[in-house]
Amino acid sequence: MKSVLNIHTFSSRTERSLDKCYPVYYVVTEMAGRIPLVLLACGSFNPITHQHMRLFELARDHMHQTGLYRVVAGIVSPVGDDYGKQGLVASKHRLAMARLALQSSDWVSVDDWESQQEDWTETVVTMRYHYDRIASQYQSGKNPPTASDSARYVPRLKLLCGADFMNTFKVPGLWRDDHVEEVVGRFGLVCVSRGSLQPDRAIHESDLLSRHQRSIFLVREWVHNEISATEVRRALRRGQSVKYLLPDLVIEYIKEHNLYTQDSEMKNKDVKLRPLIKQTIQD
Amino acid sequence: MAGRIPLVLLACGSFNPITHQHMRLFELARDHMHQTGLYRVVAGIVSPVGDDYGKQGLVASKHRLAMARLALQSSDWVSVDDWESQQEDWTETVVTMRYHYDRIASQYQSGKNPPTASDVPRLKLLCGADFMDTFKVPGLWRDDHVEEVVGRFGLVCVSRGSLQPDRAIHESDLLSRHQRSIFLVREWVHNEISATEVRRALRRGQSVKYLLPDLVIEYIKEHNLYTQDSEMKNKDVKLRPLIKQTIQD
Repeated sequence: MKSVLNIHTFSSRTERSLDKCYPVYYVVTEMAGRIPLVLLACGSFNPITHQHMRLFELARDHMHQTGLYRVVAGIVSPVGDDYGKQGLVASKHRLAMARLALQSSDWVSVDDWESQQEDWTETVVTMRYHYDRIASQYQSGKNPPTASDSARYVPRLKLLCGADFMNTFKVPGLWRDDHVEEVVGRFGLVCVSRGSLQPDRAIHESDLLSRHQRSIFLVREWVHNEISATEVRRALRRGQSVKYLLPDLVIEYIKEHNLYTQDSEMKNKDVKLRPLIKQTIQD
Repeated sequence: MAGRIPLVLLACGSFNPITHQHMRLFELARDHMHQTGLYRVVAGIVSPVGDDYGKQGLVASKHRLAMARLALQSSDWVSVDDWESQQEDWTETVVTMRYHYDRIASQYQSGKNPPTASDVPRLKLLCGADFMDTFKVPGLWRDDHVEEVVGRFGLVCVSRGSLQPDRAIHESDLLSRHQRSIFLVREWVHNEISATEVRRALRRGQSVKYLLPDLVIEYIKEHNLYTQDSEMKNKDVKLRPLIKQTIQD
């Protein structure tokens, strides 16, 4: 009975395909002893693309293959409008598109807390919010029933990102040192490499990141699938096709609402990124 | 659009399985050919190769056709054609092109097409940049066939990553001679989903979600395609063109 419960709890396709390699009972006991893990991706999602969603799939496969983790959920958290990035369209649209895109996912969902905050919110603050939320759900027993031996483990939360994200730590004023310490050291990163970007070099060149190497999981994307949202917006502005780069539902939404035009790309053109202002004042 | 030459794009290949990248080729090619100001793309055809091709890991054409049909459900201008895969033996690309050209031309003459410009629809071969390098492989192509595919019909070639199709053209006298019939399309979005990588991921139980349509992924799982065994198919078999075209010489 216990094994049946566990099979239905782990609804991920990865587990089902593992069945082909391992006898069912082995999968069940194997997964049951693992640390539950939630993956959180922060970003513009302007718009969400297949590449964004691939990050989750790759990260989950990788974390499962370590033998240590059981990924229980994925969260897409679009940044608030106050971030001030050029070309950023209203969060209500970015949220709507992400929801449409993730309809076909049974484990990744969209969260609007970050985008609903009064001001741009630091990544570490968003992480603390989600961690506290997950931990209290866990304690109040709201999670689906799990095996009694995995109940020992409080779900972990890690930040999911692409390799280009690692380079943002170097940008002056974009991150507070104590925040990087907490995001990487307390929570941890799962970083998916793209193309020739070398996240291990970014780690090597930073004392802070090097110190926390054990909390940084590097995932290699072998399929060269670097659909950048910038390129998608460019194509849309020029009336070119973006079919197969994002879900059809998202493309329809974009056309319905006429997002991503010359005008939309000019938004925030001379505006400084909010973190560079907010974090200077605090110092 | 009214004064333009109607154009049909034909993609031949394994489609083992079809991916978003394959379908992107059509979208990019259509945008490019429209931007020349000369053409109006009226249709796209996916023509999966027959099982006799002998490529390693090739699954049965009935599956490759079914997956392509599922994938193209959401397209209003690209469709799948099974003529090539239904032929007795592996069929040369030029033969497939002649078949489709004759079919399109006779439809046009019998007035089955909606009213179009006075020009007869053209047919061009749509391919990726790696395809240009296949012309160099000894025995894979007959010279007179390359002449006809490139010179008579024409190529629309979508570049990927660092592959330089213009170098392949430069290094071939035959291709250089027909430069005007070769349209090079630059893919700025680095979207190089190779079917080989997709099969590898499937073998290892890894996710391929968002690399191909969900309907295709479900089909693959239903029929348990792309396993260790399926990849071993044709392992020591020589590609059919290398045998067939030698005999003919």
